[in-house]
Amino acid sequence: MLQDNHATEIAQILERYPQASKRAAVMPLLFLAQREVGFISRDAINEIAGLLDLDPTDVGSLIGYYTLFYDKPGGKYRIQICTDLPCALRGAEKFSHEVCEMLNIQVGETTEDGFFTLEEVMCLAACDRAPLFQVQGKGGIQYHENMTLESTTAFIESIREQDANE
Amino acid sequence: MSELILFRHLDIPDINDLDVYLANGGFKGLREIVGKKSPQEVVDIVKASGLRGRGGAGFPTGVKWSFLTPDVFPRYVVINADESEPGAFKDREIMERNPYQLLEGIAICCYAAQAQTAYIYCRGEFWDLAKELDEKIAELKDRGFLGKKLFGEKFDLEIYIHVGAGAYICGEETALLESLEGKLGMPRLRPPFPAAEGLFAKPTVVNNVETLANLPPIITRGADWFRSIGTEKSSGTKIFSLSGHIAKPGNYELPLGTSFRELIYDNGNGIPNGNAIKAILPAGASAPLLPASEEILDTGMDYESVSKAGSQLGSASIIVMDETVDISWVAYKTTKFFNHESCGKCTPCREGTYWMFNVMQHIKNGEGTFDDLATLNSVAESIVGKCLCALGDFSTMALTSGIEYFQEDFNAHLREKV
Repeated sequence: MLQDNHATEIAQILERYPQASKRAAVMPLLFLAQREVGFISRDAINEIAGLLDLDPTDVGSLIGYYTLFYDKPGGKYRIQICTDLPCALRGAEKFSHEVCEMLNIQVGETTEDGFFTLEEVMCLAACDRAPLFQVQGKGGIQYHENMTLESTTAFIESIREQDANE
Repeated sequence: MSELILFRHLDIPDINDLDVYLANGGFKGLREIVGKKSPQEVVDIVKASGLRGRGGAGFPTGVKWSFLTPDVFPRYVVINADESEPGAFKDREIMERNPYQLLEGIAICCYAAQAQTAYIYCRGEFWDLAKELDEKIAELKDRGFLGKKLFGEKFDLEIYIHVGAGAYICGEETALLESLEGKLGMPRLRPPFPAAEGLFAKPTVVNNVETLANLPPIITRGADWFRSIGTEKSSGTKIFSLSGHIAKPGNYELPLGTSFRELIYDNGNGIPNGNAIKAILPAGASAPLLPASEEILDTGMDYESVSKAGSQLGSASIIVMDETVDISWVAYKTTKFFNHESCGKCTPCREGTYWMFNVMQHIKNGEGTFDDLATLNSVAESIVGKCLCALGDFSTMALTSGIEYFQEDFNAHLREKV
Protein backbone atom coordinates (compact mmCIF):
# COMPACT_ATOMS: atom_id res chain seq x y z
CA MET A 1 0.00 0.00 0.00
CA LEU A 2 1.23 3.48 -0.91
CA GLN A 3 -0.16 4.88 2.32
CA ASP A 4 1.95 2.49 4.42
CA ASN A 5 5.22 3.69 2.90
CA HIS A 6 4.49 7.24 1.78
CA ALA A 7 1.93 8.74 4.16
CA THR A 8 3.86 12.01 4.58
CA GLU A 9 4.49 12.46 0.86
CA ILE A 10 0.83 11.77 0.06
CA ALA A 11 -0.26 14.39 2.61
CA GLN A 12 2.21 16.89 1.13
CA ILE A 13 0.87 16.27 -2.37
CA LEU A 14 -2.75 16.70 -1.28
CA GLU A 15 -1.91 19.96 0.51
CA ARG A 16 -0.98 21.64 -2.77
CA TYR A 17 -4.52 21.63 -4.15
CA PRO A 18 -7.84 22.98 -2.86
CA GLN A 19 -9.73 20.30 -0.92
CA ALA A 20 -12.70 20.56 -3.30
CA SER A 21 -10.39 19.91 -6.29
CA LYS A 22 -8.27 17.15 -4.84
CA ARG A 23 -8.51 15.18 -8.06
CA ALA A 24 -5.64 17.46 -9.20
CA ALA A 25 -3.38 15.24 -7.08
CA VAL A 26 -3.95 12.22 -9.30
CA MET A 27 -0.90 12.64 -11.56
CA PRO A 28 1.57 13.25 -8.71
CA LEU A 29 0.14 10.18 -6.95
CA LEU A 30 0.45 8.07 -10.10
CA PHE A 31 4.13 9.09 -10.34
CA LEU A 32 4.56 8.13 -6.71
CA ALA A 33 3.10 4.68 -7.41
CA GLN A 34 5.16 4.20 -10.56
CA ARG A 35 8.38 5.10 -8.74
CA GLU A 36 7.82 2.10 -6.47
CA VAL A 37 7.88 -0.71 -9.02
CA GLY A 38 8.34 0.87 -12.46
CA PHE A 39 4.69 0.65 -13.44
CA ILE A 40 1.27 1.35 -11.91
CA SER A 41 -0.38 -1.77 -10.54
CA ARG A 42 -4.10 -2.45 -10.36
CA ASP A 43 -3.88 -2.18 -6.57
CA ALA A 44 -2.26 1.23 -6.81
CA ILE A 45 -4.99 2.42 -9.19
CA ASN A 46 -7.64 1.31 -6.72
CA GLU A 47 -5.87 2.92 -3.80
CA ILE A 48 -5.39 6.26 -5.60
CA ALA A 49 -9.02 6.19 -6.75
CA GLY A 50 -10.07 5.66 -3.14
CA LEU A 51 -7.91 8.53 -1.87
CA LEU A 52 -9.40 10.97 -4.37
CA ASP A 53 -12.99 9.67 -4.51
CA LEU A 54 -12.62 8.73 -8.17
CA ASP A 55 -13.66 5.70 -10.15
CA PRO A 56 -10.72 3.34 -10.81
CA THR A 57 -11.61 3.38 -14.53
CA ASP A 58 -11.21 7.15 -14.50
CA VAL A 59 -7.74 6.85 -12.96
CA GLY A 60 -6.84 4.06 -15.39
CA SER A 61 -7.75 6.20 -18.40
CA LEU A 62 -5.03 8.68 -17.44
CA ILE A 63 -2.42 5.93 -17.60
CA GLY A 64 -3.48 5.17 -21.15
CA TYR A 65 -3.50 8.83 -22.17
CA TYR A 66 -0.16 10.04 -20.83
CA THR A 67 2.93 8.45 -22.36
CA LEU A 68 5.07 8.51 -19.21
CA PHE A 69 2.70 6.22 -17.29
CA TYR A 70 2.79 2.44 -17.64
CA ASP A 71 0.30 -0.15 -16.51
CA LYS A 72 2.61 -3.06 -17.36
CA PRO A 73 6.15 -3.83 -16.25
CA GLY A 74 8.91 -3.26 -18.80
CA GLY A 75 12.67 -3.55 -18.51
CA LYS A 76 14.24 -2.30 -15.31
CA TYR A 77 15.37 0.67 -17.38
CA ARG A 78 13.47 2.23 -20.23
CA ILE A 79 15.83 3.82 -22.73
CA GLN A 80 13.82 6.36 -24.70
CA ILE A 81 15.56 7.77 -27.74
CA CYS A 82 14.21 10.93 -29.31
CA THR A 83 13.90 10.43 -33.06
CA ASP A 84 11.77 13.49 -33.77
CA LEU A 85 12.64 15.76 -36.71
CA PRO A 86 15.40 17.95 -35.17
CA CYS A 87 17.12 14.90 -33.64
CA ALA A 88 16.65 12.86 -36.80
CA LEU A 89 18.43 15.61 -38.76
CA ARG A 90 21.38 14.94 -36.47
CA GLY A 91 21.40 11.19 -37.02
CA ALA A 92 19.06 9.97 -34.25
CA GLU A 93 17.30 7.37 -36.43
CA LYS A 94 20.59 5.74 -37.37
CA PHE A 95 21.69 5.96 -33.74
CA SER A 96 18.51 4.24 -32.55
CA HIS A 97 19.04 1.47 -35.10
CA GLU A 98 22.62 0.93 -33.91
CA VAL A 99 21.61 0.82 -30.23
CA CYS A 100 18.92 -1.75 -31.11
CA GLU A 101 21.54 -3.90 -32.85
CA MET A 102 23.90 -3.57 -29.91
CA LEU A 103 21.16 -4.65 -27.48
CA ASN A 104 19.93 -7.27 -29.95
CA ILE A 105 16.32 -6.09 -29.76
CA GLN A 106 13.78 -4.19 -31.88
CA VAL A 107 12.23 -0.87 -30.90
CA GLY A 108 9.64 -1.55 -28.18
CA GLU A 109 11.28 -4.78 -27.01
CA THR A 110 13.07 -5.68 -23.78
CA THR A 111 16.48 -7.35 -23.52
CA GLU A 112 16.50 -11.02 -22.52
CA ASP A 113 17.88 -10.27 -19.07
CA GLY A 114 14.95 -7.91 -18.46
CA PHE A 115 17.21 -4.89 -17.97
CA PHE A 116 16.50 -2.59 -20.87
CA THR A 117 13.43 -1.69 -22.89
CA LEU A 118 14.17 0.50 -25.89
CA GLU A 119 11.59 2.98 -27.13
CA GLU A 120 11.59 5.77 -29.69
CA VAL A 121 9.86 8.89 -28.37
CA MET A 122 8.80 12.36 -29.47
CA CYS A 123 10.68 15.59 -28.80
CA LEU A 124 12.51 15.74 -25.44
CA ALA A 125 13.42 19.45 -25.71
CA ALA A 126 17.16 18.95 -26.04
CA CYS A 127 17.44 19.11 -29.84
CA ASP A 128 20.83 20.84 -29.77
CA ARG A 129 22.37 17.84 -28.01
CA ALA A 130 21.18 15.01 -30.25
CA PRO A 131 21.51 12.09 -30.39
CA LEU A 132 20.08 11.75 -26.92
CA PHE A 133 17.87 9.55 -24.82
CA GLN A 134 16.20 9.66 -21.46
CA VAL A 135 16.31 6.75 -19.06
CA GLN A 136 13.33 5.97 -16.89
CA GLY A 137 14.36 3.69 -14.10
CA LYS A 138 14.83 3.74 -10.39
CA GLY A 139 13.95 7.10 -8.92
CA GLY A 140 13.13 9.20 -11.91
CA ILE A 141 14.15 10.26 -15.39
CA GLN A 142 17.66 11.17 -16.50
CA TYR A 143 18.84 12.67 -19.77
CA HIS A 144 21.90 11.38 -21.61
CA GLU A 145 22.90 13.87 -24.30
CA ASN A 146 25.36 14.09 -27.20
CA MET A 147 25.51 10.29 -27.22
CA THR A 148 27.43 7.97 -29.51
CA LEU A 149 27.20 4.20 -29.85
CA GLU A 150 30.44 3.97 -27.82
CA SER A 151 29.23 6.15 -24.92
CA THR A 152 25.90 4.31 -24.94
CA THR A 153 27.62 0.93 -24.78
CA ALA A 154 29.70 2.16 -21.85
CA PHE A 155 26.54 3.43 -20.12
CA ILE A 156 24.75 0.09 -20.61
CA GLU A 157 27.73 -1.80 -19.18
CA SER A 158 27.98 0.52 -16.20
CA ILE A 159 24.31 -0.03 -15.35
CA ARG A 160 24.69 -3.80 -15.58
CA GLU A 161 27.76 -3.70 -13.35
CA GLN A 162 26.13 -1.35 -10.87
CA ASP A 163 23.11 -3.60 -10.65
CA ALA A 164 25.24 -6.73 -10.19
CA ASN A 165 26.92 -5.06 -7.21
CA GLU A 166 23.65 -4.17 -5.48
CA MET B 1 26.45 41.02 -29.17
CA SER B 2 23.32 42.59 -27.76
CA GLU B 3 22.60 42.75 -24.06
CA LEU B 4 21.41 39.55 -22.38
CA ILE B 5 18.18 40.08 -20.46
CA LEU B 6 17.12 36.47 -19.89
CA PHE B 7 20.32 34.47 -20.35
CA ARG B 8 22.19 36.36 -17.63
CA HIS B 9 23.94 33.09 -16.71
CA LEU B 10 26.15 33.62 -19.76
CA ASP B 11 27.53 36.74 -18.03
CA ILE B 12 27.18 35.49 -14.44
CA PRO B 13 27.61 31.69 -14.54
CA ASP B 14 26.48 30.97 -10.95
CA ILE B 15 23.36 33.13 -11.03
CA ASN B 16 21.41 29.95 -10.19
CA ASP B 17 22.68 30.49 -6.64
CA LEU B 18 20.26 32.68 -4.66
CA ASP B 19 22.96 34.84 -3.06
CA VAL B 20 24.57 35.51 -6.42
CA TYR B 21 21.17 36.37 -7.87
CA LEU B 22 20.49 38.77 -4.98
CA ALA B 23 23.94 40.38 -5.30
CA ASN B 24 23.11 41.09 -8.95
CA GLY B 25 19.85 42.93 -8.40
CA GLY B 26 17.70 39.87 -7.74
CA PHE B 27 14.22 40.48 -6.28
CA LYS B 28 14.70 44.23 -6.66
CA GLY B 29 11.76 44.24 -9.09
CA LEU B 30 9.45 42.44 -6.69
CA ARG B 31 10.49 44.72 -3.81
CA GLU B 32 9.76 47.75 -5.96
CA ILE B 33 6.13 46.79 -6.39
CA VAL B 34 4.87 44.90 -3.33
CA GLY B 35 3.08 47.45 -1.17
CA LYS B 36 4.48 50.30 -3.28
CA LYS B 37 2.57 50.01 -6.54
CA SER B 38 -0.99 48.87 -7.10
CA PRO B 39 -1.57 45.68 -9.13
CA GLN B 40 -3.14 47.85 -11.82
CA GLU B 41 0.01 49.97 -12.05
CA VAL B 42 2.05 46.80 -12.67
CA VAL B 43 -0.39 45.68 -15.37
CA ASP B 44 -0.03 49.11 -16.99
CA ILE B 45 3.79 48.93 -16.98
CA VAL B 46 3.72 45.51 -18.65
CA LYS B 47 1.15 46.72 -21.18
CA ALA B 48 3.33 49.76 -21.95
CA SER B 49 6.41 47.53 -22.39
CA GLY B 50 4.75 45.79 -25.33
CA LEU B 51 5.82 42.37 -23.96
CA ARG B 52 4.14 39.61 -25.96
CA GLY B 53 3.65 35.97 -24.94
CA ARG B 54 6.74 33.93 -25.75
CA GLY B 55 5.02 30.55 -25.83
CA GLY B 56 4.01 30.87 -29.47
CA ALA B 57 0.90 32.99 -29.87
CA GLY B 58 2.61 36.34 -29.23
CA PHE B 59 -0.42 37.83 -27.48
CA PRO B 60 0.31 41.04 -25.48
CA THR B 61 0.92 39.91 -21.89
CA GLY B 62 -0.45 42.93 -20.03
CA VAL B 63 -3.61 42.85 -22.13
CA LYS B 64 -4.09 39.16 -21.31
CA TRP B 65 -3.87 39.98 -17.59
CA SER B 66 -6.41 42.79 -17.91
CA PHE B 67 -9.08 40.28 -19.03
CA LEU B 68 -9.28 38.73 -15.54
CA THR B 69 -12.86 38.91 -14.30
CA PRO B 70 -12.91 41.71 -11.69
CA ASP B 71 -13.61 40.95 -8.05
CA VAL B 72 -13.64 37.16 -8.36
CA PHE B 73 -11.20 35.37 -6.03
CA PRO B 74 -9.17 33.25 -5.56
CA ARG B 75 -7.26 33.69 -8.79
CA TYR B 76 -4.46 31.53 -10.08
CA VAL B 77 -1.30 31.98 -12.09
CA VAL B 78 -0.23 28.94 -14.10
CA ILE B 79 3.18 28.77 -15.71
CA ASN B 80 3.45 26.81 -18.91
CA ALA B 81 6.73 24.89 -18.63
CA ASP B 82 5.50 22.01 -20.79
CA GLU B 83 8.06 22.77 -23.48
CA SER B 84 7.43 20.08 -26.13
CA GLU B 85 7.53 21.73 -29.56
CA PRO B 86 10.01 19.85 -31.75
CA GLY B 87 12.98 22.19 -31.88
CA ALA B 88 12.18 24.14 -28.69
CA PHE B 89 14.56 23.90 -25.72
CA LYS B 90 14.71 27.46 -24.37
CA ASP B 91 12.52 27.29 -21.24
CA ARG B 92 14.59 24.40 -19.99
CA GLU B 93 17.75 26.54 -20.13
CA ILE B 94 16.05 29.40 -18.25
CA MET B 95 14.84 27.03 -15.54
CA GLU B 96 18.22 25.32 -15.25
CA ARG B 97 20.55 28.27 -15.45
CA ASN B 98 18.60 31.38 -14.39
CA PRO B 99 15.75 29.97 -12.28
CA TYR B 100 15.37 32.78 -9.75
CA GLN B 101 14.60 35.31 -12.46
CA LEU B 102 11.70 33.09 -13.51
CA LEU B 103 10.54 32.66 -9.90
CA GLU B 104 10.72 36.43 -9.31
CA GLY B 105 8.79 36.95 -12.56
CA ILE B 106 6.11 34.54 -11.33
CA ALA B 107 5.83 36.51 -8.08
CA ILE B 108 5.48 39.78 -10.02
CA CYS B 109 2.79 38.24 -12.21
CA CYS B 110 0.91 36.96 -9.15
CA TYR B 111 1.04 40.42 -7.57
CA ALA B 112 -0.35 42.02 -10.74
CA ALA B 113 -3.04 39.34 -11.10
CA GLN B 114 -3.85 39.40 -7.37
CA ALA B 115 -3.27 35.67 -7.15
CA GLN B 116 -1.91 33.93 -4.08
CA THR B 117 -1.16 30.60 -5.69
CA ALA B 118 0.91 29.73 -8.74
CA TYR B 119 1.45 26.33 -10.32
CA ILE B 120 4.40 25.63 -12.59
CA TYR B 121 3.25 22.92 -15.01
CA CYS B 122 6.55 21.31 -15.91
CA ARG B 123 6.78 18.52 -18.48
CA GLY B 124 7.37 15.16 -16.83
CA GLU B 125 10.57 14.49 -18.71
CA PHE B 126 12.17 17.42 -16.82
CA TRP B 127 12.00 15.28 -13.68
CA ASP B 128 15.35 16.31 -12.20
CA LEU B 129 14.78 19.94 -13.10
CA ALA B 130 11.38 19.91 -11.36
CA LYS B 131 13.06 18.55 -8.23
CA GLU B 132 15.66 21.33 -8.33
CA LEU B 133 12.97 23.99 -8.75
CA ASP B 134 11.08 22.49 -5.82
CA GLU B 135 14.18 22.90 -3.64
CA LYS B 136 14.63 26.48 -4.81
CA ILE B 137 11.00 27.28 -3.95
CA ALA B 138 11.53 25.86 -0.44
CA GLU B 139 14.67 27.97 -0.12
CA LEU B 140 12.79 31.13 -1.16
CA LYS B 141 10.18 30.39 1.47
CA ASP B 142 12.86 30.01 4.14
CA ARG B 143 14.47 33.27 3.11
CA GLY B 144 11.23 35.27 3.11
CA PHE B 145 10.68 35.66 -0.64
CA LEU B 146 7.57 33.48 -0.60
CA GLY B 147 4.90 32.70 1.95
CA LYS B 148 2.62 34.80 4.08
CA LYS B 149 2.82 38.62 4.33
CA LEU B 150 5.66 39.08 1.90
CA PHE B 151 8.01 41.91 2.92
CA GLY B 152 5.55 42.68 5.74
CA GLU B 153 2.87 43.70 3.25
CA LYS B 154 -0.59 42.29 2.57
CA PHE B 155 0.54 39.80 -0.06
CA ASP B 156 0.67 36.03 0.43
CA LEU B 157 2.20 33.78 -2.20
CA GLU B 158 2.77 30.05 -2.70
CA ILE B 159 4.35 28.48 -5.78
CA TYR B 160 3.97 24.76 -6.51
CA ILE B 161 5.46 22.51 -9.16
CA HIS B 162 3.07 20.20 -10.98
CA VAL B 163 4.70 17.59 -13.18
CA GLY B 164 3.08 16.54 -16.45
CA ALA B 165 3.33 13.06 -17.90
CA GLY B 166 4.15 13.28 -21.57
CA ALA B 167 1.54 14.91 -23.81
CA TYR B 168 2.40 17.66 -26.31
CA ILE B 169 -1.17 18.92 -26.27
CA CYS B 170 -0.78 20.00 -22.62
CA GLY B 171 1.25 22.96 -23.89
CA GLU B 172 -2.08 24.33 -25.15
CA GLU B 173 -3.32 26.43 -22.26
CA THR B 174 -6.79 24.96 -21.75
CA ALA B 175 -5.54 21.38 -22.14
CA LEU B 176 -2.86 22.25 -19.62
CA LEU B 177 -5.52 23.41 -17.17
CA GLU B 178 -7.52 20.20 -17.67
CA SER B 179 -4.37 18.18 -17.03
CA LEU B 180 -3.51 20.22 -13.94
CA GLU B 181 -7.00 19.45 -12.64
CA GLY B 182 -6.19 15.75 -12.95
CA LYS B 183 -8.10 15.05 -16.15
CA LEU B 184 -7.15 13.99 -19.67
CA GLY B 185 -5.29 16.91 -21.21
CA MET B 186 -7.79 17.96 -23.86
CA PRO B 187 -8.58 21.53 -24.95
CA ARG B 188 -11.68 23.29 -23.68
CA LEU B 189 -14.31 25.06 -25.68
CA ARG B 190 -13.84 28.84 -25.46
CA PRO B 191 -15.41 31.06 -24.21
CA PRO B 192 -15.14 31.04 -21.29
CA PHE B 193 -11.46 31.95 -21.54
CA PRO B 194 -9.10 31.11 -18.65
CA ALA B 195 -9.16 34.76 -17.52
CA ALA B 196 -12.82 34.23 -16.64
CA GLU B 197 -12.92 30.50 -15.80
CA GLY B 198 -9.53 28.88 -15.73
CA LEU B 199 -8.01 26.59 -13.12
CA PHE B 200 -10.64 25.15 -10.76
CA ALA B 201 -13.12 27.41 -12.63
CA LYS B 202 -11.45 30.54 -11.20
CA PRO B 203 -9.94 33.50 -13.09
CA THR B 204 -6.50 32.35 -14.24
CA VAL B 205 -3.48 33.74 -16.02
CA VAL B 206 -1.48 31.21 -18.05
CA ASN B 207 1.95 32.44 -19.19
CA ASN B 208 5.04 30.84 -20.66
CA VAL B 209 8.33 30.56 -18.74
CA GLU B 210 10.20 32.94 -21.04
CA THR B 211 7.41 35.54 -20.86
CA LEU B 212 7.54 35.69 -17.07
CA ALA B 213 11.34 35.77 -16.91
CA ASN B 214 11.11 39.13 -18.72
CA LEU B 215 9.18 40.77 -15.88
CA PRO B 216 11.91 41.57 -13.31
CA PRO B 217 13.97 43.68 -15.75
CA ILE B 218 10.81 45.35 -17.12
CA ILE B 219 9.93 46.48 -13.59
CA THR B 220 13.41 47.68 -12.62
CA ARG B 221 14.38 49.27 -15.93
CA GLY B 222 11.00 50.41 -17.18
CA ALA B 223 8.71 49.95 -20.14
CA ASP B 224 10.54 52.49 -22.31
CA TRP B 225 13.84 50.68 -21.93
CA PHE B 226 12.18 47.39 -22.95
CA ARG B 227 10.53 49.02 -25.95
CA SER B 228 13.91 50.32 -27.09
CA ILE B 229 14.93 46.71 -27.82
CA GLY B 230 13.55 44.78 -30.79
CA THR B 231 11.10 46.22 -33.29
CA GLU B 232 8.20 48.61 -32.88
CA LYS B 233 5.56 45.88 -32.58
CA SER B 234 7.78 43.08 -31.25
CA SER B 235 9.70 44.54 -28.33
CA GLY B 236 12.42 42.92 -26.29
CA THR B 237 14.74 40.04 -26.95
CA LYS B 238 13.75 36.47 -27.81
CA ILE B 239 15.47 33.20 -27.21
CA PHE B 240 15.90 31.43 -30.53
CA SER B 241 16.42 27.67 -30.26
CA LEU B 242 18.55 26.75 -33.23
CA SER B 243 18.71 23.09 -34.30
CA GLY B 244 19.01 20.77 -37.28
CA HIS B 245 21.80 21.11 -39.84
CA ILE B 246 23.77 23.79 -38.08
CA ALA B 247 27.41 23.96 -37.00
CA LYS B 248 26.68 25.38 -33.54
CA PRO B 249 23.18 24.40 -32.42
CA GLY B 250 21.89 25.96 -29.21
CA ASN B 251 19.88 28.78 -27.71
CA TYR B 252 20.65 32.35 -28.70
CA GLU B 253 19.11 35.40 -27.07
CA LEU B 254 18.84 38.17 -29.65
CA PRO B 255 16.61 41.21 -30.16
CA LEU B 256 13.35 40.41 -31.93
CA GLY B 257 13.75 41.38 -35.56
CA THR B 258 17.26 39.89 -35.91
CA SER B 259 17.55 38.29 -39.35
CA PHE B 260 17.59 34.54 -40.00
CA ARG B 261 20.97 35.12 -41.65
CA GLU B 262 22.51 36.62 -38.52
CA LEU B 263 21.21 33.79 -36.32
CA ILE B 264 22.21 31.00 -38.68
CA TYR B 265 25.56 32.28 -39.94
CA ASP B 266 26.90 34.67 -37.27
CA ASN B 267 25.64 32.82 -34.20
CA GLY B 268 25.21 29.26 -35.47
CA ASN B 269 28.36 29.32 -37.66
CA GLY B 270 26.41 28.23 -40.73
CA ILE B 271 25.69 24.87 -42.31
CA PRO B 272 28.19 22.03 -41.75
CA ASN B 273 30.05 20.09 -44.46
CA GLY B 274 29.94 22.99 -46.92
CA ASN B 275 26.32 22.17 -47.77
CA ALA B 276 23.82 24.76 -48.95
CA ILE B 277 20.79 25.64 -46.83
CA LYS B 278 17.50 24.40 -48.27
CA ALA B 279 14.65 25.27 -45.91
CA ILE B 280 13.85 26.68 -42.47
CA LEU B 281 11.09 25.73 -40.07
CA PRO B 282 10.83 28.89 -37.90
CA ALA B 283 8.33 27.59 -35.33
CA GLY B 284 9.27 23.97 -34.87
CA ALA B 285 6.88 21.55 -36.52
CA SER B 286 3.98 23.96 -36.17
CA ALA B 287 4.24 26.54 -38.95
CA PRO B 288 4.88 26.50 -42.70
CA LEU B 289 8.45 25.89 -43.75
CA LEU B 290 10.23 28.61 -45.67
CA PRO B 291 12.46 27.93 -48.68
CA ALA B 292 15.83 29.46 -47.83
CA SER B 293 16.08 32.22 -50.43
CA GLU B 294 18.29 35.29 -49.96
CA GLU B 295 15.15 37.26 -49.25
CA ILE B 296 14.04 34.84 -46.52
CA LEU B 297 17.50 34.84 -44.94
CA ASP B 298 17.32 38.63 -44.70
CA THR B 299 13.87 38.52 -43.08
CA GLY B 300 13.75 39.76 -39.50
CA MET B 301 12.63 37.25 -36.89
CA ASP B 302 9.77 39.18 -35.35
CA TYR B 303 6.09 38.27 -35.27
CA GLU B 304 5.09 40.57 -38.14
CA SER B 305 7.96 39.91 -40.55
CA VAL B 306 7.87 36.11 -40.34
CA SER B 307 4.12 36.18 -40.81
CA LYS B 308 4.53 38.41 -43.86
CA ALA B 309 7.08 35.95 -45.25
CA GLY B 310 4.44 33.21 -45.12
CA SER B 311 5.04 31.47 -41.83
CA GLN B 312 4.92 32.20 -38.07
CA LEU B 313 7.57 32.98 -35.47
CA GLY B 314 5.71 30.94 -32.83
CA SER B 315 8.07 29.81 -30.10
CA ALA B 316 11.07 30.67 -32.34
CA SER B 317 12.27 27.09 -32.63
CA ILE B 318 14.37 27.42 -35.74
CA ILE B 319 15.04 24.08 -37.46
CA VAL B 320 17.51 24.37 -40.32
CA MET B 321 17.64 21.85 -43.18
CA ASP B 322 20.38 21.59 -45.77
CA GLU B 323 20.27 20.52 -49.42
CA THR B 324 20.57 16.79 -48.55
CA VAL B 325 17.10 16.79 -46.93
CA ASP B 326 14.15 15.26 -48.74
CA ILE B 327 11.21 17.50 -47.80
CA SER B 328 8.74 14.61 -48.24
CA TRP B 329 10.62 12.87 -45.41
CA VAL B 330 10.24 16.05 -43.31
CA ALA B 331 6.49 15.90 -43.93
CA TYR B 332 6.54 12.22 -42.97
CA LYS B 333 8.23 13.12 -39.68
CA THR B 334 5.90 16.03 -38.81
CA THR B 335 2.73 14.11 -39.70
CA LYS B 336 3.99 11.20 -37.59
CA PHE B 337 4.48 13.59 -34.68
CA PHE B 338 1.00 15.12 -34.90
CA ASN B 339 -0.67 11.77 -35.45
CA HIS B 340 0.90 10.68 -32.16
CA GLU B 341 0.09 13.91 -30.34
CA SER B 342 -3.48 14.64 -31.47
CA CYS B 343 -5.57 14.27 -28.33
CA GLY B 344 -8.50 12.80 -30.25
CA LYS B 345 -11.17 15.21 -29.04
CA CYS B 346 -12.01 16.89 -32.36
CA THR B 347 -12.85 14.60 -35.27
CA PRO B 348 -11.09 16.58 -38.05
CA CYS B 349 -7.78 16.50 -36.18
CA ARG B 350 -8.08 12.94 -34.86
CA GLU B 351 -8.98 11.45 -38.24
CA GLY B 352 -7.04 13.93 -40.34
CA THR B 353 -3.69 13.50 -38.59
CA TYR B 354 -4.13 9.74 -38.93
CA TRP B 355 -4.80 9.94 -42.66
CA MET B 356 -2.04 12.43 -43.43
CA PHE B 357 0.49 10.18 -41.68
CA ASN B 358 -0.97 7.08 -43.30
CA VAL B 359 -0.60 8.55 -46.80
CA MET B 360 2.89 9.86 -46.03
CA GLN B 361 3.93 6.39 -44.85
CA HIS B 362 2.56 4.98 -48.06
CA ILE B 363 4.60 7.52 -50.06
CA LYS B 364 7.74 6.85 -48.03
CA ASN B 365 7.38 3.12 -48.76
CA GLY B 366 7.32 3.85 -52.48
CA GLU B 367 3.63 3.00 -52.85
CA GLY B 368 2.39 6.55 -53.51
CA THR B 369 0.73 7.86 -56.66
CA PHE B 370 0.40 11.43 -57.94
CA ASP B 371 -3.20 11.48 -56.71
CA ASP B 372 -1.94 11.30 -53.15
CA LEU B 373 -0.85 14.94 -53.19
CA ALA B 374 -4.42 16.07 -53.86
CA THR B 375 -5.63 13.71 -51.14
CA LEU B 376 -3.14 15.18 -48.64
CA ASN B 377 -4.13 18.74 -49.49
CA SER B 378 -7.81 17.89 -49.21
CA VAL B 379 -7.38 16.22 -45.80
CA ALA B 380 -5.37 19.24 -44.61
CA GLU B 381 -8.08 21.58 -45.84
CA SER B 382 -10.71 19.70 -43.88
CA ILE B 383 -8.73 20.16 -40.65
CA VAL B 384 -7.68 23.82 -40.78
CA GLY B 385 -9.95 26.12 -38.77
CA LYS B 386 -12.26 23.30 -37.72
CA CYS B 387 -10.87 22.28 -34.33
CA LEU B 388 -11.00 23.55 -30.75
CA CYS B 389 -7.29 24.28 -30.56
CA ALA B 390 -4.47 25.06 -32.96
CA LEU B 391 -2.90 21.58 -33.02
CA GLY B 392 -5.05 20.58 -35.97
CA ASP B 393 -3.92 23.59 -37.99
CA PHE B 394 -0.30 23.02 -36.96
CA SER B 395 -0.39 19.42 -38.17
CA THR B 396 -0.95 20.50 -41.77
CA MET B 397 1.61 23.32 -42.03
CA ALA B 398 4.93 21.62 -42.81
CA LEU B 399 3.13 19.20 -45.10
CA THR B 400 1.18 21.63 -47.26
CA SER B 401 4.00 24.18 -47.44
CA GLY B 402 6.37 21.33 -48.28
CA ILE B 403 4.17 20.30 -51.20
CA GLU B 404 3.84 23.93 -52.29
CA TYR B 405 7.56 24.77 -52.32
CA PHE B 406 9.23 21.40 -52.89
CA GLN B 407 6.78 19.29 -54.85
CA GLU B 408 9.66 17.71 -56.78
CA ASP B 409 10.79 16.03 -53.53
CA PHE B 410 7.40 14.33 -53.27
CA ASN B 411 7.19 13.58 -56.99
CA ALA B 412 10.43 11.61 -56.79
CA HIS B 413 8.56 8.98 -54.75
CA LEU B 414 5.34 8.93 -56.77
CA ARG B 415 4.12 7.10 -59.84
CA GLU B 416 1.03 7.25 -62.05
CA LYS B 417 -1.99 5.36 -60.80
CA VAL B 418 -2.55 2.14 -62.75
